[in-house]
Amino acid sequence: MTTVLVVGVFGLVAIGLYGLLIVRNLIKIVIALQLLTKAAALAMVVAGQVSGQVNLGQSLALTVIVADTIVAVVGLALAVQVRRRFGTLDVRQLSTQKR
Amino acid sequence: MGVKSLMLEIALVFGMLLCAVMVIRAGRLLAAALWLAGVSVFTAMLLYRLGAIEVAVIELSVGAGLVTVLFVFAISVAGDQGMKVPSSVPKPLAWGLLAFALVLLLYLTLPPPEVSAMRAEAAFTETLWQGRALDVLVQIVMIFSGVLGFVGLLSESKSEQMAAVVALAEAEPEPPAEAAVTEADALLEQEPV
Repeated sequence: MTTVLVVGVFGLVAIGLYGLLIVRNLIKIVIALQLLTKAAALAMVVAGQVSGQVNLGQSLALTVIVADTIVAVVGLALAVQVRRRFGTLDVRQLSTQKR
Repeated sequence: MGVKSLMLEIALVFGMLLCAVMVIRAGRLLAAALWLAGVSVFTAMLLYRLGAIEVAVIELSVGAGLVTVLFVFAISVAGDQGMKVPSSVPKPLAWGLLAFALVLLLYLTLPPPEVSAMRAEAAFTETLWQGRALDVLVQIVMIFSGVLGFVGLLSESKSEQMAAVVALAEAEPEPPAEAAVTEADALLEQEPV
């Protein structure tokens, strides 16, 4: 069971990392970050099971979930304000704009 | 562990990875947000199967509920821009970096550790509120910053408000000067001196 879950965590990390590398939309970057943090939360619980410290792993996973949500909220707020001010969510266009 | 249980685990992991792939492949942002909710649901089921019931409930309610609502709201405000554009990083380089990261992860985790015996631990709530009190404090601070972020999501900047007021004022036609003088004269005639 642990091996299956570790494969799942690795797969989620890989997909999230690939998404972060190839995506240019700001909101989709936040979505890719969410994938990575979900993998981290799952990894915390699996690590807790493996090491025998179940509650410690669960409490750390809880912290990761809260941090993940706050990252989403702040990232989305930034993306919305960027869209209002510059009219685009494309990171390449944003990096070439002067203001 | 029975074969049925193992098959269920494999199915859940496969569903989670399938939803994650669809998140990246989705052309529209709204579809990506909904696939992300699917990832959260499968993650919550896996957490439940691992015995982390509290964490699973929070993941389901926050990850699949609150965060999805936030994404849908932000997409409705910012617009669902279809991004069929080439990526900033060349795809071979992205695949290379990904392979490097995975090899690094495998190097750090292999050989897989054996499941050790359960240690005598306090209850989950005791571990969370007493053993990890600093984490809880940091979570409270993060929640406050999240609230501020959400206020930022809803608010408009002052410059935008001023621009709207100026545009409104410019749109109203001013009364001609002669008409204003005539109105003033009429008022003076009506009032007894």
